[in-house]
Amino acid sequence: MFGEYSIGDLGAIFAMQGFAGLILFSVYVLMALGLAIIFGQMGVINMAHGEFMILGAYVTWLTSSYFQTHLPSLFSGYFFVAMILAFIASGALGMLVEWALIRHLYKRPLDTLLATWGLSLILQQTYRSVFGAREVGVELPQWMMGSQQITDSIEVPINGIFVMCLTLLITMAVAYIMYKSRWGRQVRAVVQNRVMAGAVGINTERVDCYTFGLGCGIAGIAGSAFTMIGSTSPTSGQLYIVDTFLVVVFGGAASLVGTIASAFTISQAQSTMEFFMSGSMAKVLTLLAIVGILMLRPQGLFALKVRK
Amino acid sequence: MSDNARLVNRPELLGILALAVLLVVILPLSLDVFRLNLVAKYLTYAFVAVGLVICWGYGGILSLGQGVFFGLGGYCMAMFLKLEASSPENTKIQSTPGIPDFMDWNQITSLPFFWKPFHSLTFTVIAIIAVPAFFAFVIGAAMFKRRVGGTYFAIITQAVAAILTILIVGQQGYTGGINGMTDLRTLNGWDIRPDHAKIVLYFFEVACLFGCIFIAQFIRRSKLGRILVAMRDKEDRVRFSGYSVANFKIFAFCVAAIFAAIGGAMFALQVGFMSPSFVGIVPSIEMVIYTAVGGRLSILGAVYGTLLVNFAKTSFSESFPELWLFGLGGLFIAVVLAFPNGLAGIWSDYVQPQVDKLLRKKSPKNGWTDASVADGAPAE
Repeated sequence: MFGEYSIGDLGAIFAMQGFAGLILFSVYVLMALGLAIIFGQMGVINMAHGEFMILGAYVTWLTSSYFQTHLPSLFSGYFFVAMILAFIASGALGMLVEWALIRHLYKRPLDTLLATWGLSLILQQTYRSVFGAREVGVELPQWMMGSQQITDSIEVPINGIFVMCLTLLITMAVAYIMYKSRWGRQVRAVVQNRVMAGAVGINTERVDCYTFGLGCGIAGIAGSAFTMIGSTSPTSGQLYIVDTFLVVVFGGAASLVGTIASAFTISQAQSTMEFFMSGSMAKVLTLLAIVGILMLRPQGLFALKVRK
Repeated sequence: MSDNARLVNRPELLGILALAVLLVVILPLSLDVFRLNLVAKYLTYAFVAVGLVICWGYGGILSLGQGVFFGLGGYCMAMFLKLEASSPENTKIQSTPGIPDFMDWNQITSLPFFWKPFHSLTFTVIAIIAVPAFFAFVIGAAMFKRRVGGTYFAIITQAVAAILTILIVGQQGYTGGINGMTDLRTLNGWDIRPDHAKIVLYFFEVACLFGCIFIAQFIRRSKLGRILVAMRDKEDRVRFSGYSVANFKIFAFCVAAIFAAIGGAMFALQVGFMSPSFVGIVPSIEMVIYTAVGGRLSILGAVYGTLLVNFAKTSFSESFPELWLFGLGGLFIAVVLAFPNGLAGIWSDYVQPQVDKLLRKKSPKNGWTDASVADGAPAE
């Protein structure tokens, strides 16, 4: 299948597809970071994660409409406000859900899966009732449009670069919170041994609540980024949830580095293959490869040794 | 313990008889053919639910990919029916007569090799059982031998469901794509569309369902069922006692897959088409909720749960389409939070004591305990 392209063409194709893959990578990473925190650190399978992301997307859409009608002069900066609002909205909803639902189910991880699936159905219908079933798209400010020409055959869109920088920043922030801050140390202590962590005076329930909130908040930011590459509808979150779970499991559930590495591998593999075959076959091959590798190495790429 | 030695004890026999009376006498007499066909459609899911009781309730293996096996069974049946419906006489307006219409639309000029054996009904019936069992065995062997279980297994089965759906939708020429296989007409020359055929099929389906219920009951009552429960609650201890945990898990998963496939084949016969919308992630999870609502430890409960959820779905979405998803979502959460043993749990906790109280006056023997209570809830 490579026969009909020259070496130069192939290089350009790989660069362009690689870059397209990087945008997918950004959304995967943002989605998966939140999920990895919730699943890896707490063992809760949050099937409603996609809906938390879509909440962020709707908040972004609302903010952009508000700025367009009331504050047109500040429109170019709306995205930063939207991101913060999305984080707060999704995070607050996450903490509410943790308090009302998840906290009763920590000892039954498989049941969290069913309960959060029910939650996701309710959220989807809520979005449909409130925002309508039609897809909505946000208008990008002027400075984010257009693309940057690198060579004659390679050009990269500006919003893609922006999303990637954003992902980088958020990933670093999460890494800092988890590995350097006092609170992150508490979270890791709870993961490694919940009973001991409680015994030395960590309020494990509060740690759980904030951890879940943080994971959902990051999903909200992912939703903000998502508005730039796709249009938002009540069910678009569901399309990403299985992929994201595979990213997390493939990377090794409790490892942030693993999550990033697996998001990169999966998005690049899919994006590169998409050029040479139909999108659906690329997806099938990617998923099959992941499932195959997981069968050989069930603990994922980077496994953290935890005493069970 | 003497009760455990027998296949069914008296109250269970009464329960099975009650279900039989409901399905064989009451429903066919009280519903018109259209509604009865709806019941038949719901009962195809009951096969999946009964399989999940063995696999999930007793074995502790949550599979979110039962739609895969339902679909494989359904597609095997649909391929046979489709081939029969596309005989050269029926399809002479096509550019290649004798192949299914969707292949003709996709510029395929000869029947693909994997379609050819489906001309034979015997092969089809074997394939309905063997293909899903083979897939379940491969998936199960790969996962359980490496001691992957619990949430990981659930996620991977979900991924398999996603893969199969994308594959079916993507390979339109070979599978009929998103529309699936429609316009199925005859089974070995016997028209499956008129009303009397629907009624015959309904009774055939109910008979198969009871066959599956008895197999499930046998597994549950036998030593095998005891090992499954032990494995679910203390896997390591069973392993250290010298049992091969992986083999028992593979077996339970294969049984559930075969039941699901029989349900799928019945679905293709009853409803007259098969499409990827019964294969993917969403239908697979819905199938789990049928079992959860009925009670994951009760075989009969699973059948009632399936009927109840589907009736609710049909009547709600007919009258309040907006509210249905709220209702379904709320049901998920309520079942998980408040009634982990579903309808069967409510029955044995609240209704049964009242019945016992009434019966105790007549017979000195103490009231029976529901088997699901004796087996206990899954270990937390």
